[in-house]
Amino acid sequence: MKRNKEKNIFVALCLAPALLLFTIFMVIPTLNVFYISTLKWGGLSANKTFVGLKNYTILFEDMNFIASLQNTILIIVIVTIITMVVSLIFASIIVREDIKFKNFFRVIFYIPNILSVVVISSIFAQIYDPSTNGLLNSILGLFNGEGWTTIKFLGDQGIVIYAIIGAMIWQAIGYYMVMYMASISAIPEHLYEAAQIAGASRFTQFTRITIPLIWNNIRTTLTFFIISSINLSFLFVKVMTSGGPDGASETVLSYLYSQAYTNASYGYGMAIGAVVFILSFILSGAISKATKRDVLEY
Amino acid sequence: MKKIKNMSTEKLFKFFVYSALLTLAVSIIIPVAWVFMASIKENSEFYANPWNLPMGVYFENFKIAFIEAKMGEYFMNSVIATTIGLVVLLLVALPAAYVLARFNFKGKKFVDGMLMAGLFVNVNYIVVPIFLMLLGADNMIYDLIEQELVLNNIFVLGIVYAATAIPFTVYLLSSFFRTLPKAYEEAAEIDGCGYFKTMTKVMIPLAMPSIVTVLLFNFLAFWNEYILALTLNPSSGKTLPVGLMSLMQASRGKAEYGVLYAGLVIVMLPTLILYILVQKKLTQGMTMGGLKD
Repeated sequence: MKRNKEKNIFVALCLAPALLLFTIFMVIPTLNVFYISTLKWGGLSANKTFVGLKNYTILFEDMNFIASLQNTILIIVIVTIITMVVSLIFASIIVREDIKFKNFFRVIFYIPNILSVVVISSIFAQIYDPSTNGLLNSILGLFNGEGWTTIKFLGDQGIVIYAIIGAMIWQAIGYYMVMYMASISAIPEHLYEAAQIAGASRFTQFTRITIPLIWNNIRTTLTFFIISSINLSFLFVKVMTSGGPDGASETVLSYLYSQAYTNASYGYGMAIGAVVFILSFILSGAISKATKRDVLEY
Repeated sequence: MKKIKNMSTEKLFKFFVYSALLTLAVSIIIPVAWVFMASIKENSEFYANPWNLPMGVYFENFKIAFIEAKMGEYFMNSVIATTIGLVVLLLVALPAAYVLARFNFKGKKFVDGMLMAGLFVNVNYIVVPIFLMLLGADNMIYDLIEQELVLNNIFVLGIVYAATAIPFTVYLLSSFFRTLPKAYEEAAEIDGCGYFKTMTKVMIPLAMPSIVTVLLFNFLAFWNEYILALTLNPSSGKTLPVGLMSLMQASRGKAEYGVLYAGLVIVMLPTLILYILVQKKLTQGMTMGGLKD
């Protein structure tokens, strides 16, 4: 009995500090997102008015929000497809094929993942520099003759979003590759040997053995892709373009941030946050459900 | 005949594989190497071909970045925030993870569930409410002692870093604790260790491999963090990524490109060095946690 009481005290003491910090800086702010979204509030004054769901009704008629949502979805779709295909193929090559310098390639490919988004964005701002001294423009200049005007990657409303997508893919490939490599190398060798004896080509082995056997891992990464694209696109946009030119690269979370700080409408900003938060859950859930297959055992 | 044909398609395949791998590797190496190269160029060199090698080693850029652009000060701030974040995180997350992995108690399911849900709450969503909460606290403190304490405070930033990393860290550590055999605790109990002593003297040392992984991931996350630092410490206590952004804006106006690249090197060099030292651990640890912020 004494031992039991002692145990309870020990458990409580161990949990208390973590739960206290977690509650103050995560639970309460999360609840506050929803609470503030029902207010009209400039943030700095004590002047809060309860407006109910009004922020939400404005939201669905706000064309700027719709445009930022479209940008975000475009980013999610393109980044996911390209990153996934490229990193799956590279992972499979590095694990399956008899390649020299495997370790070298793995080490290099993971580098973008350890750099700050601010660093990556600054590097890409120089790569996309609109003058002839920009890395990309200086290369393009070699293929184009006199009178060619440089491309304003970050200054052209039609290109800017793809420029950001390029930087995001550059950053993401290594991460997902390492992840897929781990699960591909867990597939037993004898399956591939049997396939080879049966005359299956590399491509068939990839589609019929590799993909089905790491399907669960692919599904998990799909959720990561959705959630991290929403979050990372915010940081890339914030640093590289702050939503410009003329709102052309605004994504949902950067729109939230600018509504809260530049426009000082915290209530409206939080309504955006709440909607995006819920949308990202629904999207992840739907995709996870749509891709559910029976797990193959090996 | 057929064999020869197979040989040549095999060679062609190898050729394609190597060129694809090399293209990707080059596309990563060149931008990074380019930053290092540009950081030792003199300002006049930036008006020439960007692919030119630097004419000499111009360290003045780093001097200006460190002193005039205050990157030295920001570096110290980053060190402080990251260190506090890591120390506080380990102090609170290790006991919590251990207890959640090894003890049964009332409300355990609830705590587990809350922390799991916390994995899905990204800082980007809650940065504004955190800012408003700290602002409110500051206003209250100001009424009492006429001073603002919470915002623009590098120590508070470190604590916020620790708090936002709790769900991921507890999840990772407690799944490691679960893999340890019960026999260790039984032996410790027979030897007369209390709960606390069993945890600190026996279990936590055994968890060293996962502690190292946790430290690595969170070091990178804290060191590179931008949005919290920007929002909570806008005027003083700036960290390196925030300082780098102001440097970027300033150097565009003054056309001091060399200093900007020196700043970039200052921010990424520590993470690159750490990565080279521990890259195996990092990529292994990733598949252990299998999580991304």
